[in-house]
Parts: sequence; structure tokens; C-alpha cells
Amino acid sequence: MANMFAFAEARGGQLRKVAAETVAAARQAANATGGGQVYALVLGGPGIREAAMILGGYGADVVMVVEHADLGHDRPEVWAATAAARIRDKNCRAAFFSASAEGRDLAPRVAAILGVGLAADVTSFEMAGDVVRVRHPVYTGKAIATLRVEGTPAVVSLRPGAIAAVEESRTCSVESGTPAIDPGTAKVVVTEVGSRGAAKLDLADAPVIVAGGRGLKAKENFALMEDLAAAFGNAAVGATRAVTDDGWRDPADQIGQTGRLVSPQLYIGVGISGAIQHLAGMRTSKVIVAINRDKDAPIFKVADYGIVGDLFEIVPRLTEAVKKVRSEG
Amino acid sequence: MKIAVCLKRVPDTEMRFAIAPDGKSVDPTGLKFEISTFDEYAVEVALRLNEAHGPGETTVIGIGPDALAELLRKALSMGVDRAVHLTAAEVPYDSLAVAQALAAELKDGGYDLVLFGRNATDTGSGAAGAMTAHLLGLPCVTAVAQLELAGGTGTAKRELEGATETVSFPLPAVLTIDEGIARPRIPSLKGIMAAKKKPLDVRPAQLGNAGVVVEKLELPAERQAGRIVGEGADAVPELIRVLREEAKVL
Repeated sequence: MANMFAFAEARGGQLRKVAAETVAAARQAANATGGGQVYALVLGGPGIREAAMILGGYGADVVMVVEHADLGHDRPEVWAATAAARIRDKNCRAAFFSASAEGRDLAPRVAAILGVGLAADVTSFEMAGDVVRVRHPVYTGKAIATLRVEGTPAVVSLRPGAIAAVEESRTCSVESGTPAIDPGTAKVVVTEVGSRGAAKLDLADAPVIVAGGRGLKAKENFALMEDLAAAFGNAAVGATRAVTDDGWRDPADQIGQTGRLVSPQLYIGVGISGAIQHLAGMRTSKVIVAINRDKDAPIFKVADYGIVGDLFEIVPRLTEAVKKVRSEG
Repeated sequence: MKIAVCLKRVPDTEMRFAIAPDGKSVDPTGLKFEISTFDEYAVEVALRLNEAHGPGETTVIGIGPDALAELLRKALSMGVDRAVHLTAAEVPYDSLAVAQALAAELKDGGYDLVLFGRNATDTGSGAAGAMTAHLLGLPCVTAVAQLELAGGTGTAKRELEGATETVSFPLPAVLTIDEGIARPRIPSLKGIMAAKKKPLDVRPAQLGNAGVVVEKLELPAERQAGRIVGEGADAVPELIRVLREEAKVL
């Protein structure tokens, strides 16, 4: 029996989907050791306590809440010091973070404070006796490394979407606490937070990603992709590097080696040939669909399902069909 | 300003890979090695900062085998003033072991800024920068997409999955550099000639103990050969059917 720690990310007063994933992973790890306690840590502004209660549904035994007026958005130094302190206090065997934008910043800090290494951007893990073993795509997805994480605690960050947020309801208790360091003493100060449309689902949070490439021919044609995403209702729109370099989409939408690494349940690539640099960012998706005019496009080699043809005819039809399926429930 | 840039030697990821007979590493035969993409951006950022803010010194620091020297020379030919080669037969996978060697080299260097790439393109961990900052007791900002410095204070913009953030930080500091901030320059012939006379110090890397070790390296399982469900818009109903019934994702 070993205790596990999960960092449950919140943003804008709400928990992110990746929060449920880290808690579910910690539950899975605790169960593998014969059932220890799962401690989930949530930091946020006033009101975060209510939002945090859902974590019991994913297997948390104790939700540790730190509500503070200065913690409404990410504060790496405060987050890291608090997480490290709680991991030590609760004697956790492993600590799970998300490899989201915030988590990629946070997890190395926590590992350094604890004086241990980091297994970053992990797509699967196992607790085998006393050993924590993880898998992680390396060389931009061209190889998979199996890593042994020695020392305690094992600090692991999980690629968003790679570990399913399995529901496992527990009676969970809440521990309210204070940050391990005074937020006022942090050296790095956030002076401005900009949102790119709060209503939009981010790539890390979306179970479905519809991504567009040069085949869409013009910036305004991405409306087709927005419509398709809207039909799903739980989809985000991604893009290739060629598209973001041309300014058709925001650079933050870029999926690939130098952009975002995603693992949605369903990825639909539209007008994307499948350059290595793009495949590196999406090849761990559960199901891949490709729509492309060129039947020899490399993306068809990694796609589970493909349609060859004119995307300008296929995508609107697909949008209608998805709408119909969704309305039927 | 004194700026240090930590760079990593990595295989060119566009090339074909084979796993070495030990089953734990990449077979280097025929591979081309380069400065990791984001690290090269960091070099460019350092050069531009010193060009913009008056006299300064830019140092590159790398850990690796003899062949790393060639890449450190490349950075010198881009305009970097001096290089430090911390020798190690191989670079450990564990970022903390690497950070310990870098921190040992950096701690008495009097640097105003220490730059890293956002992550190396081989391990993709993106941890060495923040870990080195912790060991040095310096503030750290990761994934910097825009940067300004004025009077001992820096302002950086970061991209956060659907949000942007502007942060201010005091110097000295450790930053990790995202793509897009500055396209690396191509070394000029003059730069290449000058690089030959620039100092390149060599000393052993004081690596920490590795707690994360590679047990196995393998090529990814080929995804099940895809299936074209049809051609044109008429194939949509079949696609919907397989997504619902076979893949069960709809």
C-alpha cells in the first residue's frame, strides 16, 4: 500500500480535464500497490473549493485545497513549493502532474525541490513491485523509451489525453491549507493574462481534435473546421506548422514536433499530408482519421480510417452527419 | 550582459533511426547530429540581446562526447564569444543529473541570464532549465515567446494552451526559449574563420546520479495499416459507421 499524489490543475476557477487524468492515474497507481490513499492538490482563487469536489469521482481520497486571492492563475514558484511540501508530508510514493503548458513548467521544479529526476510527458506507466516504470515517446515520436524511475517519490508528468480519466467514486474528504510560501514573495510576477476566447476548448482538454493543413487553401476556409468542431461539441481545432507559419491560425494551435503534443480519443486530419514534424505531435492519438485528396499522402499510413477526395465536399457532409449523430444522442 | 546558453547535441530528427544492439540507445551510424532546435533559438536570442544592449559576452555550454565540439564551434561561428565543453561519454537521460553538471559550471560565472531551449528534441523532457534554476536559486520563466529587458528587470510573454501570460522577473534569471522568438542566423564565412580563434574550454562534466534510466528503446509499433473507407463525400456514412461501431469514438 502506497500513497499517491496528483496535482489537479485549475484555471479560471474551474478544474481542467487534465486534473481528472492525473487523479485517475494516481488512483490506478495506488490500486496497483494494494490501495493507498490518493491525495489531490488544487490551488486556486476563492471558490475553487467547490469546483475541486468532483475529484472524489476520479478516485481521490483527500482533496487538499489551497484557496488564495493571489492564486487565481498559475504561480509556478508557489505551486511548486506547495506541491513538494504536500508530497513529503503525505509520504507519497509517486506524484503525478500533467504535461500541459503549466505542468511542463511545474513538474521539473517540484522534482528539483525533492532532489529526484523527472519522467516527463509519459504516455503509460506501471507500478511493478517497488519499481515505477514509464513509457515516453522520444526523438520526436520516432522511438519509445521505457524508463525506470528510481528513488522516492517518483515524479511523473502525463501527456494530456494519454491516461483516461476513469471514474472511480470515493468518499473523499477535504483538507484546506495555505500555500507553502507567501505568494507575495514570488520573484516571477504575472502582470497580465490574456485569453484566446475562453469559451473555446483547448487542444489539451479536447477528446476530439480536428486539424487542418495547407489543403484548406486559405485562412477563411478554416470556418469549415470550426463548424466540424462545433458539430462534435467536444472538439478543438488544431493546425499544421505550415498553416501557423502562414498566419492562418494562431501559433498555439500548431500540432507537431515544435508545437503541441496531443493524444485525443479521435483525431481528424483534413488536408494534411502528414509530414514527420506533424506526425510527431499526434501519432499517439487513439483513433486517427485522414481526409486528403492524395491517396499516397503519408498521413494515410498512420490513419486508422481515411477518405480520399475533395475536403470541400467531404467536410461539410461530415459536419452534417456528426450533427445528426450527436442530436440522436 | 553576461549571457550563457546551454545547448544539447541531438540527432537530426528528420533522419531514419535504428536501435543500437544494446536495445537502449539509438545507433549513431550514419546519423547527423545538430544543435537541438530550441537551443539554437536560444543562441540567437542571446546574440540579439547583446547586440541590442551594448557590450556583453555570450557563452555556450554543452555536455557530451568529443563530437560536441563541432557544434560548439558552430555557435561560436554564429557570433558567440566563448564555449565550454563539459565532457561526458554520453549525456544521461535524467535531467537532474544534467542540471547538476550545468549548475556546477554556471554558479560562479556571474551570468545575468542563462538561456535554454524549451526542450531538447531527443528526450523532449523540457526539465533541465527549471531544474538548473532551482539548483542556482534563480527565478525561472519557461517557454518564453517574447522577451524584453530594461534596467535589471525582464518581461516575458508565454503561451499557455489557450491563454497568454506576461510575467516580469528580476535578473539574474534562467529562461527557456520557445520557437518563433528569433530565427537562428546562418554563420558567415567571416564568422567561421573567427570561431577558430575563440576560446573553447574543456573540462569533465560533474554529472549528478541518474535516477531516471533508460531500460529499453524501441521503434514505435506501426499503427495498424490504415483503411481507406471510400472516396469523396459519399464515403461519409461509412466513416460514421466505423467510428461508431468499430472504433466506438462517436
